[in-house]
Amino acid sequence: MEVLQLLISGMANGCVYGLVALGFVLIYKATEAVNFAQGDFMMLGAFVTLGLVNPEFMGLNFWVALPIVFVIMGVFGYLLDLVVLRALFGQNQVAVIILTIALGFILRFVAGLIWGHEPLSLHSPLALGDLRMGTLVLGMADVAIIIVTFLLTLFLWQFFQRTKVGLAMQAASQNQMAAYYMGIPVKRVQGFVWALAGIVAAIAGILYASKGAIDPNAGFIGIKAFAAAVIGGFGSLPGALMGGLIVGIIEPFAARYLPAGWSQIAPYALLIGVLLFRPHGLFAQVRVKKV
Amino acid sequence: MRIQFKTSYDHDIRLFKDGWQAFLYIALLALMVVLPWLIDDFFLGEATNVLIWATCGLGLMLLTGQTGQVSLGHSAFMAMGCYACVLLMEAGVPFILAFPLGGVITGLVGALIAIPALKLHGVYLAIATLALAILTDDLIVMLEPWTGGVAGKFAPAIEVFGLEINRWSSPAAWYYMALIVVLVVTLFYRNLLRAPMGRAFAAVRDSEISAQAMGVNIARTKTIAFGISAGITGLGGALMGLFAEVFNNETFTFIISIQLLMMIVVGGLGFIHGAFLGAIVIAFLPQVLSIATDSLGSTVAIPGLETGVFGLIMILFILFEPMGLYGRWLKIRTFLELFPFARKDMFRRQKSYLKTERLR
Amino acid sequence: MSLLTLDNVTLRFGGLTAVNRLSMTVDEGEVFALVGPNGAGKSTVFNLISRFYTPVEGRITFDGTDLLRLAPDEVPSLGIARTFQNIELFDQATVLDNLLVGRHRHRRTTLVEQMLHLPSVRREERAHREAVEEVIDFLDLQPYRNKRIAGLPYGVRKVVEMGRALASKPRLLLLDEPASGLSVEETQNMRWWIDDIRRQMGITVLMVEHDMGLVSKVCDRVLALADGAKLAEGTPQEVQNHPAVIEAYLGTGDAA
Repeated sequence: MEVLQLLISGMANGCVYGLVALGFVLIYKATEAVNFAQGDFMMLGAFVTLGLVNPEFMGLNFWVALPIVFVIMGVFGYLLDLVVLRALFGQNQVAVIILTIALGFILRFVAGLIWGHEPLSLHSPLALGDLRMGTLVLGMADVAIIIVTFLLTLFLWQFFQRTKVGLAMQAASQNQMAAYYMGIPVKRVQGFVWALAGIVAAIAGILYASKGAIDPNAGFIGIKAFAAAVIGGFGSLPGALMGGLIVGIIEPFAARYLPAGWSQIAPYALLIGVLLFRPHGLFAQVRVKKV
Repeated sequence: MRIQFKTSYDHDIRLFKDGWQAFLYIALLALMVVLPWLIDDFFLGEATNVLIWATCGLGLMLLTGQTGQVSLGHSAFMAMGCYACVLLMEAGVPFILAFPLGGVITGLVGALIAIPALKLHGVYLAIATLALAILTDDLIVMLEPWTGGVAGKFAPAIEVFGLEINRWSSPAAWYYMALIVVLVVTLFYRNLLRAPMGRAFAAVRDSEISAQAMGVNIARTKTIAFGISAGITGLGGALMGLFAEVFNNETFTFIISIQLLMMIVVGGLGFIHGAFLGAIVIAFLPQVLSIATDSLGSTVAIPGLETGVFGLIMILFILFEPMGLYGRWLKIRTFLELFPFARKDMFRRQKSYLKTERLR
Repeated sequence: MSLLTLDNVTLRFGGLTAVNRLSMTVDEGEVFALVGPNGAGKSTVFNLISRFYTPVEGRITFDGTDLLRLAPDEVPSLGIARTFQNIELFDQATVLDNLLVGRHRHRRTTLVEQMLHLPSVRREERAHREAVEEVIDFLDLQPYRNKRIAGLPYGVRKVVEMGRALASKPRLLLLDEPASGLSVEETQNMRWWIDDIRRQMGITVLMVEHDMGLVSKVCDRVLALADGAKLAEGTPQEVQNHPAVIEAYLGTGDAA
């Protein structure tokens, strides 16, 4: 029974990691930029929702606020691409890595200014309390998170397979030049991807805040999400989610069954192991660069 | 514009292009030497801090600026250098030996870590090194018997040839020690750049394929770059820990790695000057900010202000001056030398399509 | 005397046969050209010789040494240097430094010596620079000597890349489309240079080239490839007039 409990809470954590990982895999696939600030996007999404919903701020109904959050985060992502990242088009990756890390610093600072540094909890319909069955204590928020993540993944998958925008994104991610010649507005598509990443981050943030409190440093889980993305193979969306689940599940089990301290290093130890033995992730096939 | 007439190959090999340049750097060195008489102890401490950051920065610059490998994990090497040096000193090894030994040990460990990391490119390497930095932080806590864990360690007294070097009782001595270290490191760095190894670094950075076709062993070159880089940063880390007098895992958190990387980008990636200019920015930013907030009447410290402002500076630099402070200086110098014939478009960046490193 | 020998070499990428049972020999001192339509596998042959690819079958030997037993970075030490179709220079370095990388295989000093800049390093550097200056003189690169590659025009880069290969004092020089993208005048220069490389420096040249005008002027022998297999081999005249070659370029005789 204890195993089930650890598994559920681990999976719920893993879903959040997986969604954040999904965000930067999306961006990486479409633009080859790595958004080291994706975790801070998540934090921002959570705070924006909190600012709209919580009674001490604007006190809107959650379901009214939700589309507004999506619009705000989507526009934020789109503008970020338009104003900042497009200026870096064609520059080396170091610049983009540092730029997004710096962006994370700024977001953290701004969030701290607006919402303070004390952990706040979100008034979320997903904060459902616990379900007790004998010795088993199931966090209902955990279950809800797993379901929402599953549905979102299904939706995204359909979006990429079925819609024109989704197909354009796929094309642009595979070969930018070719996509450009085929008349796909590559730059606009990239803007859309950033917007989408912003929205996914918002959902991740809402889920994260539903099962606990949020503070400006919450964005640091982005690092674990990174580990998740790499473990899953950086270029694959389902891989990112799987990686997230693996990292999420390892943590509570390592904390329960290994000596103190190990649970913190377990995800990174796994990450380094994967990089050493399967550098393209557990779920990716290796290809060779053409000369 | 000064024209250099080159009459022998040594003109291209030696450290300074001409007498004027040599004069400038000797003047700068003379200024550095007499600095303790010009400023008070507080600013001398800040100057020492700049030199320590510059040492760490030179280490990372060799790897990122010269060899093109991004590391977000150099705080791990700073920690390693520091703990190695201090543990050796505690075992009775005199500082004058323990310090370079700490660097060598860190260099060897760095080279060892590089061997598996070689397969990784760009982002993957950045993430792997970030994981290394976080792991090191946790390991310092876990290895408490040696490292003192969260409680930390007190730096032992430094004694060189009977002379005690203490940052409070003899700040000038500390400053000179840091100056000597950074000068020696800079000289080694320059020597590498004008030798086959330095060119192999640049070759690996710019095109691995053609570096191979010219006989450069990629794996070996990267391992060496990693090792030397780790060693230099280890020396810097040892200085940083000793200068702080008390250090623990927090002294070498992964945020330090990120700051170090940002520092060399602000300074100017790929230039030795960049490490120094960046170090000046990172060492003096907190002072400037506290003066600014004081003058605005704020008495409480604003958490995250320093990193936030630094992040903003960073973004502005990447957008408007990717070559960093040194790149800006080069442009100003060219403008003045050519005055009034400099054209604006001389400095325009070339537009280029994404040069993909990705596999197709 | 044959310098480079390919014996029954086959390379496949998945289901695609890029090079099909190709045999050829390049003799010491000659200029040999590979011609053929796009996708015929010409550059692939170069990449096989550079050891970027490993054939599934066959042998490649250089002056009696089995190339297949070497890693890509060991090939230049035998005296094989190459250029690339899409120019692979060290963009952030100067022309001089690019050429000096060409000298990499001649370095003898160790890392520690280099760090300390001992007299041995200085001596070696002088020798490297002397060799590089010869190449700069030969290719008229003086105006660009201290310029960074990133700002140079295409034609100059092409020459610098050839210079980098020459700086390594190779026995065999592989030129991948030396004249593509060059102006008429630059192509003319390229022709004299290739002639001089063979005559004055005694370097054997193997090149891939589309410009049949250039090929017929500088080459002793030509091998025509199509779909990775040999179509014809002989003097430029013979190959140009070979019915299989005409067919490969122009489609079937009837349609033409």
